[in-house]
Parts: sequence; C-alpha cells; structure tokens
Amino acid sequence: MKFGVVIFPGSNCDADTLHVLGNVMQVEVVSLWHKDHDLQGCDFIVLPGGFSYGDYLRSGSIARFSPIMNEVVNHAQKGGYVMGICNGFQVLTEAGLLPGALLHNSNQRFICKNIHLKPVSRKGLPSQQISTDATLKVPIAHGEGNYFIRPENLKKLQDQDQILFRYCDADGNVTEAANPNGSVYNIAGVMNEQGNVFGMMPHPERASEQALGNTDGRQVFESILSLVNA
Amino acid sequence: MGARPIAQLNSLRFGDPTLPKTQWLVKGVVKGIGDYGNAFGIPTVGGEVFFDESFNTNPLVNAFSAGIVETDKVARAISYGEGNPVYIVGSATGKDGIGGAAFASKDITEESMDDLPAVQVGDPFQEKLLLEATLEVIASGKVVGMQDMGAAGIICSTAEMSEKGEHGMEIWLDKVPMRQDNMLPFELLISESQERMLVVIEKGHEKEIEDIFAKWDLNCKQIGVVTKDTSLKFHMNGEIVADVPSESLVLGGGAPVYHRDYKEPAYFQRYKQFDAATVAQPDYQAVAQHLLSHPNLASKAWVYEQYDSMVGTANRTTNRPSDAAIVRVHGTDQAISITVDCNSRYVNADPEEGCAIAVAEAARNIVCSGGEPVAITNCLNFGNPYVPEVYWQFVSAIKGMIKSCEKFSTPVTGGNVSFYNQSSDDGPVFPTPTIGMLGLVDNLATQTTLDFKAEGDLIYLVGEAKDDIASSQYLYSFLGIKEAPAPAFDLDEEFAMQGAIKEIIKQGLITAAHDVSDGGLWLTLAESAMAGNLGFTVTSDKGVRKDAWLFGESQSRAVVTVQPTQSEALEKVLNARGVKFSQIGTVSGAEMTVDGEAYTTLQEARGWYEGALPALMEAN
Repeated sequence: MKFGVVIFPGSNCDADTLHVLGNVMQVEVVSLWHKDHDLQGCDFIVLPGGFSYGDYLRSGSIARFSPIMNEVVNHAQKGGYVMGICNGFQVLTEAGLLPGALLHNSNQRFICKNIHLKPVSRKGLPSQQISTDATLKVPIAHGEGNYFIRPENLKKLQDQDQILFRYCDADGNVTEAANPNGSVYNIAGVMNEQGNVFGMMPHPERASEQALGNTDGRQVFESILSLVNA
Repeated sequence: MGARPIAQLNSLRFGDPTLPKTQWLVKGVVKGIGDYGNAFGIPTVGGEVFFDESFNTNPLVNAFSAGIVETDKVARAISYGEGNPVYIVGSATGKDGIGGAAFASKDITEESMDDLPAVQVGDPFQEKLLLEATLEVIASGKVVGMQDMGAAGIICSTAEMSEKGEHGMEIWLDKVPMRQDNMLPFELLISESQERMLVVIEKGHEKEIEDIFAKWDLNCKQIGVVTKDTSLKFHMNGEIVADVPSESLVLGGGAPVYHRDYKEPAYFQRYKQFDAATVAQPDYQAVAQHLLSHPNLASKAWVYEQYDSMVGTANRTTNRPSDAAIVRVHGTDQAISITVDCNSRYVNADPEEGCAIAVAEAARNIVCSGGEPVAITNCLNFGNPYVPEVYWQFVSAIKGMIKSCEKFSTPVTGGNVSFYNQSSDDGPVFPTPTIGMLGLVDNLATQTTLDFKAEGDLIYLVGEAKDDIASSQYLYSFLGIKEAPAPAFDLDEEFAMQGAIKEIIKQGLITAAHDVSDGGLWLTLAESAMAGNLGFTVTSDKGVRKDAWLFGESQSRAVVTVQPTQSEALEKVLNARGVKFSQIGTVSGAEMTVDGEAYTTLQEARGWYEGALPALMEAN
C-alpha cells in the first residue's frame, strides 16, 4: 500500500501528513506535485490541510481545477482510496467526490483548538476499527468547517452509514455545545457511498505522537491501515 | 536568510477594552494576524495581550518569528561580484505602502486619515510561495545574497546589500513588474509592496534560478547588475533618474546619527512617593474575582484560538501548558522554548527597572518551562523621541535591558524600534520594550508544566514574599492608584532564584512550576489550579501584608509543587543555594482556599477567567 500526499500551492499540512505517515506510521509515502499528471502508482491519496491557492474565492474551489485533481478524480472513480483532511475535505466537496459543503464557521471566526470526536461509521475505513464508545481528542483548525447538507441527503448519509465522526464533548455526548462550528448533525467527517473517498475537518496528524502529548488521532490512521493492509 | 520559520508569537497592546473602538481594533487585528499567519503555515505558539488607556489611539502590534537555519546555508543580505545579475522576485510592485515606514513613525493627527493608503496590502498566499521558493533557491548554492523588501523598498535593499558588499548596482526600474500603470521612478524606489525580495546570484546560473521561481508561479525578473564602483545608478526607460553612493544611505555609513536631548520626567520622582501604608487592606475575595476577570489577566483563549497554534506538528505545549511555549525541532531530540514579555506599566513607572524586569521575566518563563535562556530580540515601542522625557524613557529602558541581558548572558541578536507612538490628544503610549526570548531545551525530559498534578502535592513559593504592592494590577485597577514605582526587583536575587529552579527541574524534584508575575501569587495559584482541575489550600505569611502576599507583584518568585516524599530534597537544594522559600500549602479539593477561607471554586473561577474576554468582544 503506497500513500501519496498532494502538495497544492498554499498547502501547509503536507509536511505534517508526510511526517506522520512516513515516520510515525511507517508506511511508504511520496509527495505529489499539483502540476503533475502522475499519481506515481499510489494506492491511497491524501489531500492535506492548508490554504490551497490561498483559498481565494472559496476554500478548495480553485484547487479542484489543478492538473493532479483530474488524476485524483479518475483514481477515485476507479475505486481508489482518497482522503481529504481539513482543506483536503473542502477540495473533495468542491470536486463533487463527497456530498455536502463546508461553510464559514457559525461564529465567523477561525477556530484552532482540541475538540472531541465520536466514531460513527462501522463501514468507513477511518472510523471502523475505533469503538463507538471511544472519544477521541483531536484538534481542529479551520475558518470554514461548518458542514452543510440538505435534510434528504443527511438521511441518505445516515441510512448508508456514511458519517465517519461527529463532534461530542469530553464524555462522548453529542451535544449542541460540543459542536464547534455549526455543522449539521455535529458532522466532522463523511465518506462517499462507495466507501473509498473520505473527508474530515479535524487533524488526526496533529495528535499522533507522544512527543506532542496526544496520540488519539493515531487511531484513525491505525484503523485505515489495519483495513487496507488486511 | 535561509531559515525556515517554526514558531511565531505576538505581543499586542490595546486601549480601554470597554470602548467600542478598542473592541473593533482587537477583532480586526486578531483576524488580520490569523488570516495571514494561518495561511502562512507557521504555528502561533504564544504571545501577550495587554490593555491600558494609554494605547487608546495608538495600539501596538509586535510580531516575533523564530526559525531554524543550517549554519552552512545562511544567505546574507549582501551584494558583490561585478556583472552578477540582480533580480526582484515575488509580488509585483504597486503604489501601496509608499512612505509606509514614515507613516508608522508619525504622530497620529486628524489629517492621518488622508495617509491611509500608506498601509501595505499583504497576501499570505504569495508569502508562503515566496518562502518555499526562496529556501529552494538558497539550497541551490548559487545565491550571492538576498534581502526582503521591508521599509523603503527597493532603495533600501539595493543600498544595504551594496554597501555591505562594497559594490554598486545598475538598476533598470522599468523592468520591475508593476501592479499598476504610470508608476513614477520614486514610487518604484520606495514602494513597500509586500512579498518581494531582492536576490543577487552568481552570473551564469540565471536559468536555474528562474526555473525555481517558475515552478512556484512567482515573478522573477532581472532588474539590474552588480557594478564594481560603489554607486547605485537607477534608470527609467533609458534615462538615469538617480545616482547615489550606497554608503550615504546606510546607517554606520554616511547616514546621519542623531544625539537627542533627554530629561527625567517630573512624574518619575512623584511615583516614588507612593506609600503602601496609606492603603487599607481590601476585601480579598473581591480582589480575587476582580483579578481573575480582568482582561489583562484573564484567559486569552478568545484571541489565540483564532490562530493556528499546531500546524507543523511541533508545538509541545498544546497539551502540556507551561510558562513558555516549547517547540520541537524536527529531526533532532531538542526543542526551543520561546516567550514574549513586557509589562508596560512597570516600564512607565521606571523604564530602567521595568525593562530589566521584562528581560528577567522572559528568562524566568523559559527557566520554569525547563529551558535555558539563549538570546533575545526586541521591539522597542516609544513615543516621539523629540520629546526629551520620552527619549529619557528610551535611554533608561536600554540601560535596563543591557544590565539584565548581561546577567543572563543573553545577547540581543536583533530588534526593531518604533517611535512616534503617540497622538496629539493622548500623549505617548506606555513605553513598551517588548522582549522576545529564545531558550533551548536540550533534554526533553526537563520540559516542565504549570498545572497542579495530584491531590496532596506540597506547594512551595520559591523566592521571597515581600511587602510590595507597587504597580500591581491590584493597585492599578482595583484600587485605582496609578502612581507607584515598579515592583521590587533585584537582579542578583532573580538570577539566584532562576538558578535554583533550573537545578530542581534538572534533578526531577518537582511536579509543576509557574512563575509569579502579573496578578501576583493569587493568579499563579489560580492558573495552576484551573489547568490541573485541582484546588489548593494555602496559608499566608504573617510577616508581610496579606494583600501584598496574595496580589503583590514583587519579582523573582515562582510556585512549584512536589510530592511530599521529595520535599526534603527540594529544601536541601534551595538552602544550599541560599534562595529563600516557604512551603505555603497543599494541592487539594475543588476550592481555592486561603487562610481557611474558600475564596472561590474551580468552576466559578473558570467562569470569570474564561468568560471575561468573550463578554467584552461579543457584547455587540
């Protein structure tokens, strides 16, 4: 299983994602330049956090037109794995690979802090191996993370077990107060119907090392690896 | 210079926080720092926010960035080698920021409204690309020198680089990529458009350099060549528009050096007349609540949660709070410890002692976090230097900085001076020599946190409790007594106390350390309690006034906690070093108890502490 991390101009979590996949999780990983047309044989593509193309106009709206995204879309349509974290999630919704949209946070401010996540989907790679009784402490860092989806499509997400994570409090209760950005149904991450494209606003790569005093995010990568390597 | 930034901090000063204008400024400044810094991708790991009415018209925004450079890959701001090409890279040059530095250094008057285009327009996306491209160009080894375009734009960087290299330049201004039409030569020379660099490379490697900037979609335009003589010749459309010796424009060269008059202000001696004996003992619980909910002391989460503090997977203090931020250096088993400090109120009361305290407090923060102070930088914010009393504040502050830096062996590696921070109505701001200090954590095991760890741990005050309430937040805002000298401070005592803290950390004796600074012992104890979700019971020292013991801000003190089994070893070290200390209580329960009286609960205190800033900023 070979991982590739796409670098858009303005990506700023590319090095962090490469570091955690390569040095911490010890998987084979390469970086992929946005102007290239070649996925270098990667099986699992990660779109990292940041401000691709300055996030001018709307987060992720320009990045979806970059050359490498044609290959990423093809890869996804053929069933290949793609995961977007933060800005990567925004790019995937803009590209139509994931349902819903990410609006400005309800308080209209950028928010960077630890929040708590409840794993939901029993089908999705990033959450499947984590007990639904668990509560993960993972940071968010975004200005546009307010997940919006129409009620009829929310029902579809629920029926098809496509919700990966929901925001909750430290004790695992999904409450309005624990929703940091106004997301519909406290949604922090989703996947597509086919189960090969994933997106989440929180940053598991920032919570994967004892050096930083928090390893909860590591469970997300472990869940993915135990399944794709199985 | 070839360094990759790994951490940013900022130090902000605003006016009375209850004024709508101040609230508008706070929201705008914080959003501006966030919008730029967050996109740039360097974590903002620390800072300070301080409110006082002396900043009503003129707020201060100081930024501090730390980076890592490989010593053999340092790029210098120098130019030499006849025939070497001179490039301008990055954003196009526009009319924004013309005379920007001159604007920043003028008294603010009614007419200042007309000057506003002097503020530069920033683009963090370009800056991020410029950072990556620049580091790649330096790694190519073909760079002779480079300098960013700061104040006074092209004229400044061409002059400074040429003067240092004892060469000259021919510059063709019409080749500079322009953002708008009809730019005049002088506008091109002094425009302060952001995200630009001047780069001199070795002749013959043009293609190599141009390819790197093309990869990052950045302008990279040759605008001149290095010449053998030391003059700068600027051409526009074939015509020579300026011919000046670079040396004349540079400090230390031909640029004039001023010697200003200075005079001790009348208030200085008056402040010293303050007599604490005239102050009656207060209602302690009321003071406790006042301080925890005062915007200067309350939680700044409303501000710093708008900054990305974790990008880079290097911030070791996100989940382990301490007096200074600890940022790991990837690829090593070391970390830096970093802080910004300055209590403007102390500096105003006594510029020399106040500035010495600013350096000492920065060092104390580094030491309490488990680091070793290494160096400082500063941003010196003062009023109009033509006013002799203002210039006296400046001269005195520098004296204080010198004596403290010599004591702590921390060289001043750089800095910045900002004068004219005053308005015609309000007079000068509080003198604010903001100190940014860098420390090194050689052994990550010494990283020390400030939160209380366990019920039953003993609480010690390291350093001497003094009968001193001068210039404390308590005196200034609770009692409204604004004229008092700086708090008690003795440099030798401070140095000895910090040495003792280093030793007890090194020996692994303590479970937490938190310095005593603004808000006094009370605030130190309350912060450690809230962070650890554990209360405390302490007994005051009958030898000093109780308000001074709890709320006084005399320097050279820190609170540490130990497991009872380690107390003997701790006392042995402190005794051996001749550092005064007292065991003041224990970590216990969910209340904050002083002399048997529960002042508040953890939950109530948290409400005051965390609620104060949001209540002000989200009022409208």
